[in-house]
Amino acid sequence: MAEVPFRGGGFAPRDIPAASVGTLVGLVLLWQAGASLHWISTKFLPAPWDIARALYALAASGELWVHLSASLQRLAIGWAVGTVAGLVVGLVVGLFTLARSPGMAVVSALFPIPKIALVPLFIIWFGIGEGSKVITLAFGVFFPTVINTVAGVDGVPRNLIRMGQSFGLGWWSIVRKIVLPGALPAILSGFRITTSTAIILLVAAEMIGAEKGIGAFVLAAGNLYDTDNLLAGIVLLSTIGLVLSWVIGRMEKLLLSWR
Amino acid sequence: MTGSAVRLALEGVGHAFGTLKVLDGVDLVAEPGEVMVLIGPSGCGKSTLLSIFGGMLAPQAGRVRMDGAVAPDCLNALTYVFQDFALLPWRSVAGNVSLVLEDSALSAAERARRVEEVLALTGLSDFAGAWPKQLSGGMRQRVGIARALAVRPAVLLMDEPLSALDAQTRGLLLDEFAEMIARAGVTTVYVTHNLAEAVRLGQQVVVLSRRPGRVREIVRIDRPLAGRHIEDADLLAIEQHLWALIRDDAALADRERVDG
Repeated sequence: MAEVPFRGGGFAPRDIPAASVGTLVGLVLLWQAGASLHWISTKFLPAPWDIARALYALAASGELWVHLSASLQRLAIGWAVGTVAGLVVGLVVGLFTLARSPGMAVVSALFPIPKIALVPLFIIWFGIGEGSKVITLAFGVFFPTVINTVAGVDGVPRNLIRMGQSFGLGWWSIVRKIVLPGALPAILSGFRITTSTAIILLVAAEMIGAEKGIGAFVLAAGNLYDTDNLLAGIVLLSTIGLVLSWVIGRMEKLLLSWR
Repeated sequence: MTGSAVRLALEGVGHAFGTLKVLDGVDLVAEPGEVMVLIGPSGCGKSTLLSIFGGMLAPQAGRVRMDGAVAPDCLNALTYVFQDFALLPWRSVAGNVSLVLEDSALSAAERARRVEEVLALTGLSDFAGAWPKQLSGGMRQRVGIARALAVRPAVLLMDEPLSALDAQTRGLLLDEFAEMIARAGVTTVYVTHNLAEAVRLGQQVVVLSRRPGRVREIVRIDRPLAGRHIEDADLLAIEQHLWALIRDDAALADRERVDG
C-alpha cells in the first residue's frame, strides 16, 4: 500500500507585505553597494545616497515644492476631469442601447491612439499653458475609465437588477443602489491603470511645454547631464505612483469591504 | 400579516423565445390566499410562467389579470422570492431588507420598524448587521423571504426558493415556509421541481406538459397547510400520482436539445 501523495498545492499566491518592502530596500542597498564598490559608474547611474542628497537639496532650496505642486495640480485636475467624464460616458454607454454602439465605436477608434502623439495638437488647440497639459491627461484617463465603467456595468449580475425591478424600485434607485455599487470594483481597478497613465502623460506634457513640473525638471537635468537631479525627479514620480496606488488600495478596502 | 385578497389569473398565455415555443394556451387561476404550485419537466416553462405572472415578462399571447383588494400597507403587490436569493453583497442583512422600502413614502422610523419585524419573523434579528457572504444558503434565503414580507405583498411568487439549498436545510425551511405562508394568508405561486415540496405547500398543484408547456392536470389538495407532513400517506399518494404524470415527459425533456 503506497501513501497517496498530496497533489493540491500551489495556485494560491498570498501577499506578504514585508516581502514587498524588503525587496525594494534590498534592491536599493544592492544598488548603493554596487556604486560604493565602483561596480556601477555613478556618472551614468548615481548612487541612491547621491539621489537622496539631491532630493534633500531640492527640498531645502524650495525648488522641490515648486515642481511638485505644479505637477500634482496638473495631475489632480487632469485625472479628475478625465475620470468624471469617463464615468459619465461609461455609465451612459453601459446603460442605454442608443448610446452603446456609437459610444463603443468612438472609444474603440480613439483609445489605441498614443496620447503623447496628440500633445503637439493639443498645444496648437489649447495653447502652451495649462489647458493643453490638463487636456492631455484628461484625454488619456478618459478612455480607460469609459472601458472599465462599461465593463463594470455589464458585469453587474442581471438577477440583482431584475430583483430591483420586481420590487418596483425606480430607475435611478436601481442605478444608484445596484448598478453603481456593482460596477465599483471594476471602476476602482480602472483607477489603478488611469493614475499610472496620468503620470506618464504628465511627464510627457511637461517635457514638451512647461517651465515648472517634475517632467520639465527631469528634462532640464538631463540636458545638463545632471544625473543626480534627473534620478531625483524619477524617484519623485515613482513615489507619487506608489502613494496613489496606496490611496486606491485604501479606497478599495474601505468601499469594497463587503467582498 | 396581509390584508390583501388578490385573485391572479392567466388567460390563454403563450410565449416563445425566438423560434422556441415554451408556453401554449395556459389558463390558470390562483384564488385569494391560495397556494398554487407549478411543476413539470425541465424546460416546460415554469419559471417563464412565473415571470409572466409577476409582470417581468410580457406574454406574446394572452394576458394576466389581478383582481381583488390590495391592502393599503402593501408596497409591492406582486413580490418575488428568488432561487439564487438575489441579495446585494454590499448591503448588510438589514440593508437588503430595507432596500425595498427605501423608495416608498414610509418614514425612516416605520421602515426600521418593518425591517425589525420581518427579521424577527424570519429568525434573523441577530444577523441584521451581517454581510450576505457571512450567511449560509438557508439564512440567505431567509433574508430573501424577509425582504419579500417587508413589502406586505398581495401575491408571493416563489421561483424554486429551496433548490439551491442542501436537503437538511430544505426540509427545515419547507416547514417554516408553510407556516409563514399560512400565517400571511397571501396568494402564492410556487415553482418547484420537488414533488414533496409541491404536496407539502400546494393547495392547487398545476402539472405542466413538456415544452411547449400546457396545463396537463390540476391536482387539488384540500388539507390546510398547518397540519401537513411530507410523510402523510395521502400526500405520498398524491406525490406518486404527480410523478406518474410527469415521469415520461421528464425523461424525454432530459434527452431534448434546447438549441432548436
